[in-house]
Amino acid sequence: MLNVGKLEEGFVLDHIKAGSSLELYDLLQLDKLDCTVAIIKNARSEKMEKKDILKVECDINTLDLDVLALIDHNITVNVIKNGEIVEKKELALPKQIKNVIRCHNPRCITSIEQELPHIFFLADAEREVYRCKYCEEKYNWTARPL
Amino acid sequence: MRHLMSPLDFSTEELDLLFGLAEDIRKNPAKYAHACHGKILATCFYEPSTRTRLSFESAMIRLGGQIIGFADAASSSASKGESVSDTIRIISCYADICAMRHPKEGAPMVAAEKSLIPVINAGDGGHQHPTQTLTDLLTIHSLKGRLGGFTIGLCGDLKFGRTVHSLIKALVRYHDIKFVFISPEELRVPDYITDLLKSRNIPYEEVIRLERVMPQLDLLYMTRVQKERFFNEEDYVRLKDFYILNADKMALAKKDMLVLHPLPRVNEISVEVDEDPRAAYFRQAQYGVYVRMALILTLLELEPACE
Repeated sequence: MLNVGKLEEGFVLDHIKAGSSLELYDLLQLDKLDCTVAIIKNARSEKMEKKDILKVECDINTLDLDVLALIDHNITVNVIKNGEIVEKKELALPKQIKNVIRCHNPRCITSIEQELPHIFFLADAEREVYRCKYCEEKYNWTARPL
Repeated sequence: MRHLMSPLDFSTEELDLLFGLAEDIRKNPAKYAHACHGKILATCFYEPSTRTRLSFESAMIRLGGQIIGFADAASSSASKGESVSDTIRIISCYADICAMRHPKEGAPMVAAEKSLIPVINAGDGGHQHPTQTLTDLLTIHSLKGRLGGFTIGLCGDLKFGRTVHSLIKALVRYHDIKFVFISPEELRVPDYITDLLKSRNIPYEEVIRLERVMPQLDLLYMTRVQKERFFNEEDYVRLKDFYILNADKMALAKKDMLVLHPLPRVNEISVEVDEDPRAAYFRQAQYGVYVRMALILTLLELEPACE
């Protein structure tokens, strides 16, 4: 397997569905961070056959990883400090998400008041249903994925 | 400071208090005639709604308060492009409480977030119309003497009718209620409502013919089939006359069944039913004023003025 150097501090995001690492890169806004990022695509995996891995060298308080659960809550998050894994994070769907997805209900007040944040709350964790805070319209992930 | 955005903002215990206050206002109006002396209600109506606006204004005047406001967006600063957030900051300087109707869903919530005074959602698009639901609940509470232990039929446009959805969501918090949904296939109650009922093991039935279920109903909630909900005139014309309540159908009903309707009606209730003592829809409009009076007092945290 391709070898990428060890991290001193940061995150290793493992078991990412093969092919979706670049989507995560955008979602976590890693392009805005001045840090080392390794994107490994199609790595061999016993569990998944193929998987992606993201290694991010940064201060561990820099990233909000809850948003990852929106893409795939099966991603394993290893938190690295001093070169060692100090925590394996369980991803849970965030109770609320702000300015990640947009409400597309043309009848919603967010459609005319531009300065309003687009806030969604988790209405049904089992079915992964998010609703707009203002109009309560369900977000349609199939029609408009992240 | 509290606002009213959804009928579920109040617990059932809080609603009991609100309805108790509304009943007391109904029985002793003089006691409350000056309760809002010196207070101003702003009615900010970005779309016309004569009944709801007049009901709020009547409520405030009957409490001894005064009113300011606008009746459509064209006569407000919205026509100059002012945001709801800015408008409510200004209204907060002029009034003590605000009732807002807006065609955009969630607009009253945006107002409540920025407001220094209590905001009442007086209807936001197809989303919520909580004071209509409070009116419906008070009418049932007062005329039936209870909120629970009955079979309620909801008839007409159950797909788009927000009053129906809000009423169902409010009623599921009470015990021993059976729902009967009477509508054409095209206007059936949405899945999320039937999912809610299933998840709480609340019995319900969906039927197409009103006559068939009339004998079992304790309450019948009629709704208008709104022309603007249809994509074409042909569908509207085909469906609007499906469910007309007339004297023949009323003859099948229990002697103490009540007919409710959020109004305005078009032709879904024949005028011959108006004289039937079971027709409660005009009394319902009167209860709408009492419940809005009780709501204004509650949100302003006011007691009746001492004589």
